Amino acid sequence: MYIELQNINKTFGDYQASKDVSFGIEKGKLIGLLGPSGSGKTTILRMLAGLECQDSGDIYINGTCVNNLPSSQRGIGFVFQSYALFPYLNVHDNIAYGLKIQKKDKAYIDKRVQELLELVGLPGLEKRYPDQLSGGQKQRIALARALAPEPELLLLDEPFAAIDAKVRQELRTWLRETIDKIGITSIFVTHDQDEAIEVADEIIITNEGRVEQVGNPVDIYLHPKTPFVAQFIGKSSIISDYDRLKGFDSIGKDTKAIIRPEFVEIKGVDKKKHDATIYEDAVVEQSIFRGNYFEVLLDIDDIKIRAHSPLVNGPLKSGDLVQVLINQLYIFDDTTTTTLINKGLDDSSLYYI
Amino acid sequence: MEETKATNLPQKILKCGIISWILFLVLWAVGAAQYDEIFLPSPVETWNSLVVLIQDGTLWADIVASVSRVAKGWGLAIVTAVPIGLIVGHFRPARWLIEPLLSLFRFIPAIALTSLFLMWFGVDDKSKVALILYASFFPILVNTIAGVVATDKSLIEAASCMGASRLRVFFTVVVPSAVPGIFTGIRLGLSAGIICVIAAEMLVGNDGLGYLINSSKMYYRTAWAFAGIVTLALIGFAADRVLQVIGVKFLKHFGVKKA
Repeated sequence: MYIELQNINKTFGDYQASKDVSFGIEKGKLIGLLGPSGSGKTTILRMLAGLECQDSGDIYINGTCVNNLPSSQRGIGFVFQSYALFPYLNVHDNIAYGLKIQKKDKAYIDKRVQELLELVGLPGLEKRYPDQLSGGQKQRIALARALAPEPELLLLDEPFAAIDAKVRQELRTWLRETIDKIGITSIFVTHDQDEAIEVADEIIITNEGRVEQVGNPVDIYLHPKTPFVAQFIGKSSIISDYDRLKGFDSIGKDTKAIIRPEFVEIKGVDKKKHDATIYEDAVVEQSIFRGNYFEVLLDIDDIKIRAHSPLVNGPLKSGDLVQVLINQLYIFDDTTTTTLINKGLDDSSLYYI
Repeated sequence: MEETKATNLPQKILKCGIISWILFLVLWAVGAAQYDEIFLPSPVETWNSLVVLIQDGTLWADIVASVSRVAKGWGLAIVTAVPIGLIVGHFRPARWLIEPLLSLFRFIPAIALTSLFLMWFGVDDKSKVALILYASFFPILVNTIAGVVATDKSLIEAASCMGASRLRVFFTVVVPSAVPGIFTGIRLGLSAGIICVIAAEMLVGNDGLGYLINSSKMYYRTAWAFAGIVTLALIGFAADRVLQVIGVKFLKHFGVKKA
């Protein structure tokens, strides 16, 4: 493993920001540290950078234990949420800051600054000052500045949180492409699951100072390992008496079910009657038009679930009757999650084969 | 920072201050008409004395004497208070050491020390310069420290991640970040210095604007004293304006803003 954290603990006063955090990262990967605010993700990033010191545990970068190295000697690039550009230096001097520390000659610095400005897509801005740039431009320059000294590891702390939604979307794609181009190992912190899923090769989910799950986005989405991850990822409804649903039996006391919208198929009731052994009758309680689908809140005999209705079903409004097929559920208790497939589907597939 | 823009002509005239000046002069003239010249000279009488004082060269000599004292004392205060403030602000043990003393001396006005300084430094220029130094030292020091303390922590962290040593962080991040604070301190130090030079010159000496004001009053030439006071006000006003313009023009990117 290129980056390795072993049994890291960190407290700030009474607040334990990291609880026995351990994970490894391969070289060249783009990692998303995802979690709700206060889950300790930024602390992990800052400890990697040497901006905070862990109370116990070891951090390895490229095989070297960096516990006692100050941030100036760890060879990392850090991009801050607040950009942290030097307001009194122009863009050229901001990017050149780390290169001057490395005592590069002027010709090299000028060339490298040009190179980086082209990489971040802002050539010609070298004479501008930070207060003459937009938020998105500032963050691109901040990235160029962090990359200039050729760090081994790039750390980004909620890099797009202060940027408005539309530009943020563009920057995500752009960041992914830029990091691919230079192939640097990178870790970014975010509380936005769409951002993590879209951008990262691998996601580390944190909650209350602990690492809940590490894996690629698809894996985490499809196979959440802990109840927290199952609830945190996707827009889920949680149901306690799931055995009342057709095709599902309770698999133990104190278990609950999570239903994601994509587990639910909706058929209009005016079409032909569907197989009543697996289809539920449901009433639409709420319907929101989302452009290419309707997001609906359904009532199945007092069980409320969220689902997406495709446009082919026509516009749904509250009070409409629909038929619903629930393909699968995530069942969780205090410690584990399991996937439960609708019995009716299992049986019928057996039947036809 | 954004000021509301004056839109039409009357508003613009009001905003530039000329109306205030005229109003003040009229009130002054009306008031002065009720009294003797010795008690309250009118604007015209003040202007006439100003012309007399300019023509015989006394005013110019007094201006030079006062201004050079302020320049010396204030200049010394800048070169001492700024470095000390930067160090005290940045290194916490130094701050713990200095801050208690600072909060004590801040409340001892220079005026209270005038006679002591005369005793220690003699009756010539040295004691006056020392007094001005004392008076403008504290505003500069306090504001420099405040400037350092207000340094954006993420700038320090960014520099350190790029490999900057602690010393380099101090010179390339902390010092530039303190510039607005230093600049405010320098401006406040100048006004403190000007107030102080007048007080010192009124107490002892035989030249300077303070001496002019004090001695004229003693000889019942109240209009001359008024001429001295007006000159003083104009010099202070002009000096502060010039400083502000220079600051906004050259230190804009350090965060020095129009007051």
